[in-house]
Amino acid sequence: MTSPIAGGVDCDLHPAVPHLTSLLPYLNDYWRDQVTTRGMTDLISQSYPTNSPIASRPDWRPAQGKPGSSLADMQRQALDRFGTATGICNPLYGVQMVFSEDMADAFCRALNDWLVKEWLDKDDRLRGSIVIPVQSIEKAVAEIERCAPDKRFVQVLMLVMGDMPLGKRHYWPIYAAAERLGLPIGIHAGSAYHNPPTSVGWGSYHIEDYVAQAQAFQTQLTSLIVEGVFARHPNLKMVMLESGFTWLPPFLWRLHKFWRGVRMETPWVDRAPLEIVRSNIRFSLQPVDAPPDGDTLNRLFDHMQSDELILFSTDYPHWQFDGDEVLPKGLSQDLVRKIMIDNPHATYPRLQVKETTP
Amino acid sequence: MNIQIRERPDGAASTSVKTAIADCDIHPARATKDELHPYLAKRWHSHLETFGVHPYQGMMEGPPYPKAQPNASRRDAYPPEGGPQGSSLSFMQKQHLDPNNVALGVLNPLNTGQGIRNQDLAGAICAAVNDWQIEKWTSKDSRLKGSVVVANEDGVSAAAEIRRRAGDSNFVQVLLLSRNVEPLGQRRYWPIYEAAQEVGLPIGVHAFGFGGNPITASGWPSYYIEEMVGHSQCQQTALASLVLEGVFERFPKLKMVMVEAGFGWAPSLAWRLDKVFARLHAEVPHLKRKPSEYIRDHIWWTTQPMEDPESRDHLFQTIEWIGWDKLLFATDYPHWDYDEPSRVLPAGVSDANRKAFYLDNAKQLYGIA
Repeated sequence: MTSPIAGGVDCDLHPAVPHLTSLLPYLNDYWRDQVTTRGMTDLISQSYPTNSPIASRPDWRPAQGKPGSSLADMQRQALDRFGTATGICNPLYGVQMVFSEDMADAFCRALNDWLVKEWLDKDDRLRGSIVIPVQSIEKAVAEIERCAPDKRFVQVLMLVMGDMPLGKRHYWPIYAAAERLGLPIGIHAGSAYHNPPTSVGWGSYHIEDYVAQAQAFQTQLTSLIVEGVFARHPNLKMVMLESGFTWLPPFLWRLHKFWRGVRMETPWVDRAPLEIVRSNIRFSLQPVDAPPDGDTLNRLFDHMQSDELILFSTDYPHWQFDGDEVLPKGLSQDLVRKIMIDNPHATYPRLQVKETTP
Repeated sequence: MNIQIRERPDGAASTSVKTAIADCDIHPARATKDELHPYLAKRWHSHLETFGVHPYQGMMEGPPYPKAQPNASRRDAYPPEGGPQGSSLSFMQKQHLDPNNVALGVLNPLNTGQGIRNQDLAGAICAAVNDWQIEKWTSKDSRLKGSVVVANEDGVSAAAEIRRRAGDSNFVQVLLLSRNVEPLGQRRYWPIYEAAQEVGLPIGVHAFGFGGNPITASGWPSYYIEEMVGHSQCQQTALASLVLEGVFERFPKLKMVMVEAGFGWAPSLAWRLDKVFARLHAEVPHLKRKPSEYIRDHIWWTTQPMEDPESRDHLFQTIEWIGWDKLLFATDYPHWDYDEPSRVLPAGVSDANRKAFYLDNAKQLYGIA
């Protein structure tokens, strides 16, 4: 086993909203009335069915309620246990899935305010991601600007499967705002289910949806690179969260080869895809889709040709590892320090900020 | 336009040029629009003239993602007698089969009845393409072998077409495309697998096709390069579907070839499948083995477009994770991203592995003496 070191940054923690009624205090009168009058109860995405084994490690599953809904549990099971200095909260509540941009906007605002009050205010190790109503670019940018003065928000959160490929120019105002405000864009596993959850249609099983997250990240990385997002926003960082990363080297071999062949189609892509990934893209550690032997994993890191791409994550409370084996076998102490401390700090400029509240 | 060209080691490659090879992905084309008419009932001649093929995507003429070259093919591959690239047997022999010493060439026709919404028309065109492969190609050059194309969305008619070709040595596989109306593991496609297993033909799954779904799980991308790179993601999800639906439990003798979608992604996909299966096997109790074991036993991979990392060690390690016995050399002739046989495999490969890669694996899989 590779031991974690103290002072790490856990880049993927999932606090759960217990119930839609938990957001009522953060909604205005109109939306509070809508929720109660229309009998809305909860927004649970089938990307993570509450009782699915992947939604919670068995020993992290609470006797009652949703996994990840208790701060005390998160402190004991993740933050204290792995000596974490800073933990970034990425709420996966199904607010991106609704079809109305007005409703999405109201719920995102409530969710972000709930995160501040119920989590960030209660443990100064915690940081947050701004969840945005991607249904409306104007509203998404407004929500980023509303939350950004609180420096405890360290990134903007989007889902890997939405209405359109993420490189599309339609989304660029979001990226401009994030770059301007020093916020990386975190792209997390999960679908809004506005498109079939695989590129070849609807599968039969939950396991298929989960496996397909990795392919969705691959197509999004292609889109982000070839549309020219990083030519326009060279200082923008994007973090692929719960994406897996062992697919990256062969993906880049292929993208690089076709870029060399047909780059006349996208002439603004003026750097090789691997260079763009090195300067602008990062990946969370969990899940590690590799055999459990250290030898294979070290070969994979060698194929990645960089030790700066991976950021420590537990993916708490999702079940990605057992016991204390949050770090895969065979990592050198140097790489552990990079993954747990150096790489996250180089990715999230707001982690350096001492005075966090406006 | 600046194009960076990296020096590649030539090594032992130059010695292998004249060694016999199998090319497991050759695309024959029709010289004229009407070339299938002799194999189609009269009713379809006027139907095609009036309504077109009515595919699962919007364009009547031209591809949704315009290619980088005319017909996505080499500019030097136009036959001297006219017609598009890949439409002349004599020129294919002269430009490719003879100089590269192709001992076995597997034909994968792409413009067939696959991806057509009218299933009667789809079946008629597929049967016609199969007859055309025999008459124009395989009966004229014994090195060439055909692929049985089938109306992929109509399992019953597809299975009948496969059984109609049973025992016909002009054909060595059944051909499907990766993108269909549903993921390929779905039961609507099982009659195809049942028939293929019964007649002893492997199924080639070639990248491409339209099934009405956006070609990414987040909608339609903008560029041809996204479609090209994305073929490997579509192939991954199609393969995951085949494994997770239990196709290889139900049809234990079925063999499948992943054609023109890369192979470098296979280890990572298999590891991910195994890891998630360890958590979620209760949802798919019809699987009796780990997903990676089905892949290892049932799947072969064509090589073009060849994985091309900077370090040949990375390539060799990846192939070792997959198995040297599972790769089938292919050029994709006459398409623009053709792989030159003499330059594909770096130096440092044993003679036995080299021979397996270029010829023996294909002969064994396709049952060619």
